[in-house]
Order: sequence, then structure tokens, then C-alpha cells
Amino acid sequence: MAMTMTEKILAAHAGLSGVHPGQIINAKVDLVLANELSAVVAIEEFGKIRGAEKVFDPRKVVIVPDHFTPNKDIQSAQVAKKVREFALAQQTLYFEVGRTGIEHVLLPEQGLVRPGMLVIGGDSHTCTYGGVGAFATGVGSTDVAVAWALGEVWLKVPPTIRLEFRGKKRPWVSGKDLILYAVARLGVDGATYSALEFTGEGIADLSVAERLTMANMAIEAGAKNGIFAVDAKTESYVRDATDLSYTVYESDPEAEYAQTVVFDMADIEPQVAFPHLPSNSKPVAEAGDLSIDQVVIGSCTNGRIEDLRVAAALLKGKKVHPRVRCIVIPGTQKVYLRALQEGLLETFIQADCVVSTPTCGPCLGGHMGILAEGERCVSTTNRNFVGRMGHVQSEVYLAGPAVAAASALSGQISGPEEL
Amino acid sequence: MIEGNVWKFGRDIDTDLIIAGRYCNISDPDELAKHVFEDFDPTFAGRFVPGDVVVADANFGCGSSREVAPLCLKAAGVAAVVAPFFARIFYRNAINIGLPIFELPDAARYFEQGQGIRIDPDKGTVVNLSDGTSLQAVAFPQFMQKIIGAGGLLQYAGERLRGLENDR
Ligand code: SF4
Repeated sequence: MAMTMTEKILAAHAGLSGVHPGQIINAKVDLVLANELSAVVAIEEFGKIRGAEKVFDPRKVVIVPDHFTPNKDIQSAQVAKKVREFALAQQTLYFEVGRTGIEHVLLPEQGLVRPGMLVIGGDSHTCTYGGVGAFATGVGSTDVAVAWALGEVWLKVPPTIRLEFRGKKRPWVSGKDLILYAVARLGVDGATYSALEFTGEGIADLSVAERLTMANMAIEAGAKNGIFAVDAKTESYVRDATDLSYTVYESDPEAEYAQTVVFDMADIEPQVAFPHLPSNSKPVAEAGDLSIDQVVIGSCTNGRIEDLRVAAALLKGKKVHPRVRCIVIPGTQKVYLRALQEGLLETFIQADCVVSTPTCGPCLGGHMGILAEGERCVSTTNRNFVGRMGHVQSEVYLAGPAVAAASALSGQISGPEEL
Repeated sequence: MIEGNVWKFGRDIDTDLIIAGRYCNISDPDELAKHVFEDFDPTFAGRFVPGDVVVADANFGCGSSREVAPLCLKAAGVAAVVAPFFARIFYRNAINIGLPIFELPDAARYFEQGQGIRIDPDKGTVVNLSDGTSLQAVAFPQFMQKIIGAGGLLQYAGERLRGLENDR
């Protein structure tokens, strides 16, 4: 039976020789992730499962407080405390402030997600880990609680949509631009319930960081997961992170795809997604004159060292536009330290950026850069829904780190070529 | 039997509109319910009548995995949500926490704001009481009926867990 990578991983974890789209399976999970917000609900739910006292395997349960940490207010502190106590009592993997970071930057960096794994997480951007060839999908807190108890999850096998990127990328184009472009083509519901498999020469050229960025936004087209074939780049990335073993699955050449969408890399310019949907993207060259108030560079989408390097290269020796607040948020402590060692932090500070400790912060309108009424922000995050970063009448424009840095300098939405 | 009036929504209603991120550190359902659809219409929570039904166009619940989205709808007294299809995590969460949802092709075409609606959850029939149109929602797969039958995923897990222990 010819299968896609996604189908092979699911079959292996369900103990089946084959699966087909639409089939409902009970699969064993290799890792269950929760952040403090999903964990606090899951802890309640876990308590309601009759007979559940210990998590199924504490080394396969990871809790990452990242959304409102360092605690932004009393309520968040209470939540963080409850979650911490649970993690300690259950001896799960847990990353405290000072060792933590944004979950989806942290887990690949720590080698906790590896090729061939089946990962679920109480966070919709859990799909990020497809960037290293894992099956990973976001679930709700009840699913997390049940997976803590049973080590299993019910899943409907998704049909796979293949996205093929042909040719070489144009200057200044990054993984973020490719995914914004693809989401615009597919629409926010174009891949609902489906797996997105990213293929083609354009993909082979990308760094693992860029693949993680792209898989991260698979959910923005409604997909269940996004996935990339494992190649030498993936293996060296994973080997740098861990000695733990992993399994490589490949899609069979005769595997069945629900659809194949072909993109020509020659058509793809640096993008910006206009409010209020991630699918509203257009080339930044067509953005027009839109002055901005804030720039955010960070998040689980673009908070990796590679992203900071791109931004710093543009900001070096220059100053952020006097009207603009530019907030840089390294994704994890390790990224933060690397940025320090490479001199990037100095570049940011001399350019008049503020540099924050790792946190989700403004991405979900939590803290560290909330927008007022009528304000406009260019952000390397993944969602620009109404009110996402603050006031309901504020606007978020999604872009890659190059466009974000260029816009910070010019004070309006602009591409790096214009500098 | 579910019977109430229709609250009509468009397509791509995202979880940030259902409950804004700034309230996601609240776990008390009643407190959450006060902010339901606040960024969509700040007067909504005050006007909504428990027992009424949300009818939306495609892709209801897209965006984040926040389970507080279906939870706060349930707490606000939303008796059911009817849409052509739901974003997948919302769909899962709704089933898992016991918020009745119904997939009805072209749902938004058949209902206007304020019309009467009756749903038979067992048969999946959806009736527009204002003009008499009777429609059929998509049936749930068997596995999900098992979860619903057990009273939600937690109860189902409890049963499984005891089953597993018996196996040992
Ligand atoms: S950075 Fe934003 S999108 Fe990513 S996990 Fe945090 S809140 Fe979610």
C-alpha cells in the first residue's frame, strides 16, 4: 500500500500496516506538549478522569510556560504556579523562566521533537514540528489531559495536499514569504482537515529554520499538519540538538495525494499579509504608503537566530524611524545568548530597538507591546485577526524578518530592496 | 430537542473573535461567558438568550486551539452551533467538551438572524421554524458517537483507563 509520510507515521503509531484518509485511529503519542494556558485547563480535566493519577510517561510530557511569562499579572502568576506545581509533582519535562522560551522554538532546539515522531500539543502551532519530519498537530486541553492519562490520541487520518515549489527563490525571499504566499493561494480554509506536504527544489534550498516557519503556519490554511521530507540538513540539525534516536519516513512515489498545487518560485516576492486574515497577503511592493507605529520581530514563527540575523543585517548602523517602536524577542534563552555572542543584540539596541526576554508576549495581545486604537504594526508573527495584538481597531500586518526590519527603518510598510 | 432563535454569523469566525486572547488566562466558564464575541460585538453577551443557536458560514472556529472558545459558548448558553464545516481543532474541542455542533452544507443560506430553529440531535435534522424548511446535518462517524455516548472524551478515557488496568 503506497502511503504519504504523514500516513506512514500515523500507521506506525497506531500499530497498523496501513491507513487511509478518513480512517479514525487511536495512536500512541511520543510527546504531549502544553503551554501554561492549555496546561491549566488540562490539569482540571485530568483531575476529572476516573482512575488517572500519574501521567502515562513523564518523559513524554512537556510543559512550557511561555504565553504570559515572565508573569504579566497576578492572574497569570496564579496560572503559572498551578502549572508548575503539577509539573513538579508529576515530574514531567518542564522549562522554568530563565530556561524556557517559546514552545515551538524551544522543542526542536532541545531535540525533543525529531523525525518520525507523533507529537500533539495544546497549542495550534504544534504543527511547527513537521519542519523536521514529525507528524505534529494542535489539539485542545481535553485531548491533552486524555493523552496524559492514556498516552494515546484519536485522530482522523488526513488527506494529503502536496505543495510543490519549483525553481529558486528570489532575493530577500524567506520561508515566511513562501508560506504567506501559499496560504493566500489556499485560503484560510483551503486545507481544512488536510496534511500539507511541502516539496520541490525551492524547499530543498531552505534552512531547517525556514521549514519550521512554514510548517508553523500550515494551520493558517486550516491544515491538520504540515510536513517536510527529512534530508541531510534536517539530520544535521537534529544531531546538533540531541543524540536520541529517530526514524525517517518517506512518501512513496505512488502515494495518493488529494491535490497537488505547484508554485513557481520566480513569482514569489517578499510578502505582507494585510488585516485581518493571514491569507490576505500581497507583494510588499504593492503595499502602498502605510505608516506604522510598531514592529515586532520574534514569535514561534520567526524568533530563531536565523531570523534575528536577517533583521540585524538590515538594522546595523542605522536607526529605527523615530515614530516607530521596534520590539525584538529572541525565541529562547539559547537564541538570546547566541544573539548576544554574535553581537546582534548590540546592533538592535544601537538601532533603538527594545530587546525582550523570550515570551509570546505581544503575539497574542498578552503583554510587552500591546497596540492602541488605530495603531498599525508590522509583525513576524502568524496571525493578524481582529484585536490579536491589542485594541480591536488596531491592525497587524504579517511579514518576514527582512520586511519587518526594513519597515522599522522607513516608518512605513516597505521591502528590503527599497533601503 | 434543541429549540431557540438564530444568531447569524459569517464565514471564518475565528477563536479570537469568540473569546479574545486577553481573557485566555480566565478559567471560570461564567466569567468567560461575559466576554463571548466581545470583539465582534461588545453588546452580544448582554443580548444573547441562553438556549439560542449560532448559525454561521464556513470555517467556524478557525485560529487558535483555545478550548475556552467552545467552553465559553457553552457557558454562555449556546445550545448548538450549526455551520457548513468547522475548523478542525474547534471541531475536536467541541466534541470533547460536549458543545453540540452540526455540519450542515450551506447552513448560512437557510437562516436569517432571529428566525426560529429546531434541531433533533439524534436524527441530525435541522428545521427553520420561520419558513418550515427541513434540512439534514452530516452524521457523526461512529467513533465520535462513542465519545458522545460516553458523555465526552474524559468519561470515555476513564472507561478506557479502567479497561487498560483490567488488561494488566
Ligand atoms: S508566539 Fe504566538 S503563535 Fe506562537 S505559540 Fe506564542 S502565542 Fe502562539
